[in-house]
Amino acid sequence: MNGLQRGSVAVVGAAESDLGQVAPNTSIVDLMAQATMRALDDCGLKLSDIDGVLAATTQSRTPGMALCEYLRIKPRYIDGTLIGGSSFMSLLAHAQAAIQQGVCEAAVVAYGSTQRAVSRAAASPREYNHYESPYRPFLPASAYALAASRHMHEFGTTREQLAEVAVAARKWALMNPKAWEKEPLTIEQVLKSRMVSYPLTVRDCCLVTDGGGAIIITSAKRAKSLRKKPVYVLGVGEAIGHATISNMPDLTVTAAAESGPQAFKMAGLKPTDVDMLSLYDAFTITPILFLEDLGFCPKGEGGRFVSDGAIAPGGKLAVNTSGGGLSYCHPGMYGLLVMIEAVRQVRGECGERQVKDCEIALAHGNGGVLSTQCTVLFGAPSTI
Amino acid sequence: MQNLKENSPLNIYIEHCRKGELAYQVCTDDSSPVFFPRVAAPRTGSPNLEWRVSRGLGTVHATTVVYYRNEPPLNVALIDLDEGFRMMSRVEDIDPLQVKIGLRVKVRMIPGDEKQPPYPVFTPVEAA
Repeated sequence: MNGLQRGSVAVVGAAESDLGQVAPNTSIVDLMAQATMRALDDCGLKLSDIDGVLAATTQSRTPGMALCEYLRIKPRYIDGTLIGGSSFMSLLAHAQAAIQQGVCEAAVVAYGSTQRAVSRAAASPREYNHYESPYRPFLPASAYALAASRHMHEFGTTREQLAEVAVAARKWALMNPKAWEKEPLTIEQVLKSRMVSYPLTVRDCCLVTDGGGAIIITSAKRAKSLRKKPVYVLGVGEAIGHATISNMPDLTVTAAAESGPQAFKMAGLKPTDVDMLSLYDAFTITPILFLEDLGFCPKGEGGRFVSDGAIAPGGKLAVNTSGGGLSYCHPGMYGLLVMIEAVRQVRGECGERQVKDCEIALAHGNGGVLSTQCTVLFGAPSTI
Repeated sequence: MQNLKENSPLNIYIEHCRKGELAYQVCTDDSSPVFFPRVAAPRTGSPNLEWRVSRGLGTVHATTVVYYRNEPPLNVALIDLDEGFRMMSRVEDIDPLQVKIGLRVKVRMIPGDEKQPPYPVFTPVEAA
């Protein structure tokens, strides 16, 4: 039990900032402010209604403070939890706790990154670790490659199965006008791309783009009076496994095996109830691990599960309909955009790529090197 | 508990490396191996950590090959030492793509210089 109540809050506003490649000297606060105002416009709340600010980025030690200064707001609640790309699912859970307890009434969770403009090395400098750095792993890719090597060894997962994840993401991306990638992709092309950290080629790795986003959260009661159909938070779960890949207890089992059941328990749901999944796809191995750990297939079966276009458009399970971090947008810590797509699917706003009758969506965030795992279950008003 | 005004866990580890030794800790409460070196044992927080020197024999647990531009391919591996702890390292004297999970390896110390303290790598154990 985490003390949070199913459906006590709802996401009422959701928006991306400009994505892809932004103009020189755009700041992360420009992007957070742009996304915040768009998300407010999405729901009809005003800036003066916001009394909770939750923000995370790698490019500022104090992004919440910076956003408050920029917009000249004085929230009652500020949270800057930083646990990698899953920070935003964690922040959503914290916003729910704060709203439930009356600490604040309307909260924004915001993110911004200019990693393409300033380079990844500048946007997210690696911390020196004497027990890893001398060996020069290409992080984070090499950490995921090590996990993939174990999955292939233990379960017979193949490079072709990893490539299936990238190909499915690309097919979805071609239906998303905001996606970075515009050309089709084949398994053969993934396999023959430049090798980054074996067995992962550059097409097994997420994009490096600029971008950001914001979501607005308020109480279920207030959500009913706003512009868009509320997307209720049915369940949340947060879990940490480790910080460095050398210390991951089992390279084939992530802490999603803990965060998932927490979220499902709070929601009173099971995997078969879920209509679409938004899984943090930093690398092609990650959706495979999360499908297993979140209970959508048995441990070790993830590679076979995604084969034959099973998670592509028209497949048996809709996964990463935006095109994911692999083909849509990956601005460093992608977790906020993972949630925005799930929210839009539950609202029915996804146009050509809309999942039919999508009432329950799962958004899963991954942080660090498979380190922190946070799961959120979103539901339409029909689920309350 | 280690007095951090006198010495640090990493410094003690590096001092062992300078002598050609791969050092790790054992929690004497339950004889469990501990790596990376710490001031308190994981899970229990026990201060009862004793330094030991590994025999330096282990098995490849996971492996990757990194392709930096304009450089030869570089192996990065996780090694399970026979004493029961795991560490990141690399396997040398073998084609990086031929480093397979399950390969038996033994430690070799890379001597340090002014910038980089000495650190352990591994080589395949010769077939007997």
